[in-house]
Amino acid sequence: MHVRDLYDEAVAGMLARPVRSALTTLGTVLGITTLVVTLGVAATAGNQIVGRFDELVATAVTVEVPRNAHKPLVTWDAVDRLTRLRGVESAAAVSESEEGTNLSVRSNDLVDPTRVTARSLTVLAATTGLPQAVRGRMVQGRFYDAGHVQRADRVAVIGDETARMLGVTRLDRAPAIFIGKHAYTVIGILGDLGREKNLSSAVVVPPTVGSRFGLRDVTRVLVNTSLGAAGLIAGQAPAALSPGNGDMLQVISPPSPTRARDKAQDDVNALFLILGLVSLVVGAVGIANVTLVTVMERVPEIGLRRSLGAARRHIAAQFLLESTLIGLVGGVIGASLGVVVVVAIAATKQWTPLLDAWLAVAAPVAGAVVGLLAGLYPALRAARMEPVDALR
Amino acid sequence: MEAAVEAAVEAAVEASAEATRGPVIELVGVCRSFPAQPPVLALDDVSLRVDRGDYLAIIGPSGSGKSTLLNVLGLLDRPSSGSYRLDGTETTRLRDGARTRLRGDRIGFVFQSFHLLSHRSVVENVMLAEIYRRQGRKGRRERALTALERVGLGNRAGFAPNLLSGGERQRAAIARALLGTPSLLLCDEPTGNLDSRNTEAVLGLFDELRDQGLTIVVITHEREVSERAGRRVRITDGVLVEE
Repeated sequence: MHVRDLYDEAVAGMLARPVRSALTTLGTVLGITTLVVTLGVAATAGNQIVGRFDELVATAVTVEVPRNAHKPLVTWDAVDRLTRLRGVESAAAVSESEEGTNLSVRSNDLVDPTRVTARSLTVLAATTGLPQAVRGRMVQGRFYDAGHVQRADRVAVIGDETARMLGVTRLDRAPAIFIGKHAYTVIGILGDLGREKNLSSAVVVPPTVGSRFGLRDVTRVLVNTSLGAAGLIAGQAPAALSPGNGDMLQVISPPSPTRARDKAQDDVNALFLILGLVSLVVGAVGIANVTLVTVMERVPEIGLRRSLGAARRHIAAQFLLESTLIGLVGGVIGASLGVVVVVAIAATKQWTPLLDAWLAVAAPVAGAVVGLLAGLYPALRAARMEPVDALR
Repeated sequence: MEAAVEAAVEAAVEASAEATRGPVIELVGVCRSFPAQPPVLALDDVSLRVDRGDYLAIIGPSGSGKSTLLNVLGLLDRPSSGSYRLDGTETTRLRDGARTRLRGDRIGFVFQSFHLLSHRSVVENVMLAEIYRRQGRKGRRERALTALERVGLGNRAGFAPNLLSGGERQRAAIARALLGTPSLLLCDEPTGNLDSRNTEAVLGLFDELRDQGLTIVVITHEREVSERAGRRVRITDGVLVEE
């Protein structure tokens, strides 16, 4: 028997009952769609989660500096050495102390008994690179520069939350705030913080000014690295900041991004993969069932074919190919639907759809295999039929 | 192994081609019994010789063994004992595959219920006869159309079978059986589902085919059909008697 003849017969058999064939493919369509959507959405979402880690956490390194009674472990100018390292995008040294927390800060000297004018806020000292280091921006005004620091100008930059609490709305008249008894000119408002969000309700002053509030020594260094350099910088930063005492510094670096991706994918996948496989099994049972019914209906046709010289293997091959084609069609439709759904989900969430190319090939093949397996028993039944019985 | 079987069949076919002068069918002492309590003897020591160009009618009441005889003649069933030579080939010792091939190549079946595939056109139904043979696909449609012309259905080739009358359907089935020039046309109650006018048309076609030299064996219980045949044998309780 010619292969083309076998194919023609199988297609004709499938198209003889188009509605039934279409309904039979449904199970496979559902199963393959679920599988493709599951794998596609997991890959897409996994990629997305990693992307977010990259932005916020994966490049953030923090170095904690313990207090040292005799001599500070990290001096204020050590940050300059750190920024010279390849892979460091921005860095700032910060000093916080217990004396600096809960300081009374107010925006004017009037005593108004009906209003709370004084706020209890944290004051900290930082080097000039702070806005970049916390990935914020100056909502208004500017950050102090090296000149302010050198001259020990009484200037302050306040967080956007602080500005709201103190009623500072504009800077063009150089408003002052009172920290304790002394007045400081507010030259900038810092907002949109990417990390160290608690700074939005703090007051930042130059290091040379901070010593009045007990902010003498560097207690923390905030570092942003370029993508993938976090691990390297985490290893190098202590030596750069404090040669000789590097091992006394405590470095906090982000978790490995690959592990984050694996975890995210595992969570999403497991349940839906099982769901997809169950659908596929149901689809296979459906195909097997319908093919079996079809075989029983076509007993006279089987008899006719045997009388025309068809061997058992010809009969088996025809029914096997029919069920395989049904599975293949289901696989193709399912894969297409799945891709469309993945793209649609990605579009609504504004993600970049991510699909393995092999999935587009493997999904229809999986459908065909399901059809092939489902057709085994019915095809065997058809082939085993005696021509005499089939023609009766 | 299959190749070996095919080679054997090939040799047998060639041998039979030399023996074209010999009989098409030669049954000698054929018995067929079915296991039951007591065993049913459907064919009892049947001997029959059908020569080339014979038009033979096998008649008998229902349950007499007609169908069993047809199945044995059509290589659909194996006799329990005895010898059956088709075109000079001893068939009782052939393997299943070789018998199937011989059946497809040498015997054209005509059934009472036509057995046309309803979702295929008439010409496609006729073409079906060739797909299990070694004949190539090329020219198949032309050969099928020629066969349809031969039975007078050339103008119905593209029709669906259910648009044809009963007589036309049976003629289409005969065209299918004629494709590939079989040695034997084996008909099982070919007019059983037809009215008298259509019966007449089919019988007329048989007469024509017999005149063209085809060997025809018809199983029937209708007197009208059997009277048109050149030879009649009657089977009663598995015993065959020439009339």
